Amino acid sequence: MQSLTAAAAAIELRGIDKSFGAVHAVRGVSLAIPRGSITGIVGENGAGKSTLMSILYGLYRADAGQILIDDRPVDMASPRDAIAHGIGMVHQHFMLVDTFTVLENLMLGAEGGPLLAGGFAAARAELARLGREYGLSVDPDARVADLSVGEQQRVEILKVLFRGARMLILDEPSAVLTPQETDRLFEILKSLRARGVTVVLITHKLREIMAVADRVIVMRQGAVVAERLTVETSTGELAELMVGRKIRLDLDKAPAERGQTMLAARGLSLVDRRGVRLLDGIDLELRAGEIVGIAGVSGNGQTELLQVLSGIRPPTAGQVEVCGRVIDPARPIDPAEMRALGLAHVPEDRLRQGLVAAFEASETSILGYQDQPPYCRNHLLDAPAVGRHCADLMQRFDVRPQTPGLRSSHFSGGNQQKLILAREMSRIPKVLLVGQPTRGVDIGAIEFIHRELVKSRDAGCAILVVSVELEEILSLADRILVMSGGRIIGEVAADQADERALGRMMADA
Amino acid sequence: MSLVVPRSVRRPLPRWVEIGVLPLVNVALAFLVVGIIARIIGVDSFHALKLLLVGAFGSSESIGYTLYYATNFIFTGLAVAVAFHAGLFNIGGEGQAYIGGLGCGLAVLALDRYLPGPLLILLAILAAAAFGAAWAAVPAWMQAWRGSHIVITTIMFNFVASALMVYLMVNVLIAPGSMTPQSRGFADSASLPSMQAVLKSIGIAVAPSALNLAFVLALLSSVAVWIFLWRTSWGYALRTMGHNAEAAIYAGTSIRRMTMLAMCLSGALAGGVAVNELLGVHHRIVLDFPAGYGFAGIAVALMGRSHPLGIVLAALLFGALQQGGAELSFEIPAMTREMVVVIQGLVILFCGALAHLPRPWLQALFGRRG
Repeated sequence: MQSLTAAAAAIELRGIDKSFGAVHAVRGVSLAIPRGSITGIVGENGAGKSTLMSILYGLYRADAGQILIDDRPVDMASPRDAIAHGIGMVHQHFMLVDTFTVLENLMLGAEGGPLLAGGFAAARAELARLGREYGLSVDPDARVADLSVGEQQRVEILKVLFRGARMLILDEPSAVLTPQETDRLFEILKSLRARGVTVVLITHKLREIMAVADRVIVMRQGAVVAERLTVETSTGELAELMVGRKIRLDLDKAPAERGQTMLAARGLSLVDRRGVRLLDGIDLELRAGEIVGIAGVSGNGQTELLQVLSGIRPPTAGQVEVCGRVIDPARPIDPAEMRALGLAHVPEDRLRQGLVAAFEASETSILGYQDQPPYCRNHLLDAPAVGRHCADLMQRFDVRPQTPGLRSSHFSGGNQQKLILAREMSRIPKVLLVGQPTRGVDIGAIEFIHRELVKSRDAGCAILVVSVELEEILSLADRILVMSGGRIIGEVAADQADERALGRMMADA
Repeated sequence: MSLVVPRSVRRPLPRWVEIGVLPLVNVALAFLVVGIIARIIGVDSFHALKLLLVGAFGSSESIGYTLYYATNFIFTGLAVAVAFHAGLFNIGGEGQAYIGGLGCGLAVLALDRYLPGPLLILLAILAAAAFGAAWAAVPAWMQAWRGSHIVITTIMFNFVASALMVYLMVNVLIAPGSMTPQSRGFADSASLPSMQAVLKSIGIAVAPSALNLAFVLALLSSVAVWIFLWRTSWGYALRTMGHNAEAAIYAGTSIRRMTMLAMCLSGALAGGVAVNELLGVHHRIVLDFPAGYGFAGIAVALMGRSHPLGIVLAALLFGALQQGGAELSFEIPAMTREMVVVIQGLVILFCGALAHLPRPWLQALFGRRG
């Protein structure tokens, strides 16, 4: 711990500012990270943590501000510069070549000449030294594909150290690890700190911060809102700081009039091919005329829940009952049949699922309904009818520009989302699944989309909203379910929901 | 949070420039290089170009041969395009055409004594399509259920088809008493009428050539492919899968079934080559009649931007090169057969691999803000 007393900053940021179009992602951030410490950066999705670290690593250029490494201003034009200044980054998704050995991966980009033999010997020696010094033992001749996820992450860390990094940024390092592997990672990070390496940890898991970090920086809406020594704070205080006191989006909505059950899941589970439990015994009920919100940190099973409920993936255990039809592992269903039952789905990932970028807007406006009248009779598409349908949707949902012939990719995110919502809502579904209704959508469109969802609820539709924006869940939902680790860990009525308590449940369960 | 990768904004070209002008500029560039090569080997470029054009379009006979070659290119170009719209790269048109010929021939050999001409021809066409489709269905099945890459399997199936046909022609289907590996001749009733006969019946006199009614079938197929791709829900689902498989799954399309459908259609279209060659010209099953049309179809589809109209135009160009090139090497010995292949290669190079080379210039001329 003697390194903490040395006050010299390894990294200092002064007035860093960055906007993407209209989104002000980082707002004048200044902070200093002491040498040989472990610093956690926490914040909700979209708080600007990853953007800030990408600026530090040279992936983005800041619009304004200064980066100082060892008290000297530097110009981070690319990751190459960052590496030259001793900064290494371990990404959430590993950047390894699966079919190469550990040693080959380590040397990638640092081969040391056209003939590999010399480089190999040097790398092997260096790897042995790093292994001894930091307790990072990995078999240099093992194929990366054969390693566990935890070991692969160790290779990533070794790769960074191999290039001489003295400062290490880890982006959500525990997201892919088992609890045991996470503990092992923390031991490694502590031994790195003992050797004078500066570690920055981006995460939204507060308990991990408390377990491993010396200091913690809390970000909210692109700005640093607090800095604490971990010994002087608590997960409760951090959750409060993270979520903040937000003004609820003012949404005029009457109390829900709950009708009959439209969708019910019982013991719903999903285990993937590697045996990872993605959904674990989900029970939920969705009634006509209510909006149920699913809150949770992304990656806790929400995506898979939507996939199973919409018929894209069959469950591996348990069952779903939709409008009287039972779906279980023995009786799977496909999304087209689901639509026929009266279920509509606004997917989480617009560009990858909800539309075809190369298609005209009018073609996108019938995706999933391409064999339904009035657009299609006897499998023959009625192009004028499709065009009219699209023009009608565009008018009702104020999609701009109102040009059915324009390529889908040429619309802004908000307008793409409105078009998809319009498509799914225009069939007056009995059940509507909505994933991230307003991700990447501007304020005006957010209001509009929320109002439309409430209108649809009042007309008797059963709506399930999955969102990582707590604010959105709070303003839309009548009931809130919190998801973590593939399970539903709590239910709260919206009028009794406490943002801080929800935030704590999400972050810490 | 994901990293936002800046996307270079490409200014779109007006559609008529994309489909009409860009390929013409590509062809012009190819001929520019051909002209330079001709000059180097001591041939007068303009004279050679003139011979090529006259050879392809100079008389009703040469036009007939140009269109006859184009027929094959249309079929294989459409075959490649249909698979391509589904995101599948079908390199197996050669084998599918070959096996289509087997189906076509077997139908005729089995039935030509019993059935009247029109019915026989209809059945033979269907058999060509069905056998071509079946030959494409195997790689499609292997990709859809077993994950074997369709590029690899379709290439291999070309060799399997070739070996199978040699075996069948030498050992099984060879005409009794014959020394050449070809089947007995089809009955006259199984011949597709030549274009010369058809035009004569409506009072238009043209010189005889290999051109037959299969050309009309190719044009009809082009229209049918257009309707299928852009005016049916199946075509819609097929294109969705080609552009974005995740969106297709979301929409409820079975990727496996759609892969099968796309490849079977593709193989059936490739089978059209057999109709043109066997029913239209050879009137028997012969060895090696696909003669590279299956592969050339890739270039035709590329050049035609996978659009049926573009494919018909590209097929005309390839047909003209084939026919005009033959005349050219006949007239100027220095322009050997190999030189004609070089010309074709250059056209493919400029229209396929370098297709977007002139795009920036055209954008400067016609570009508009997206």
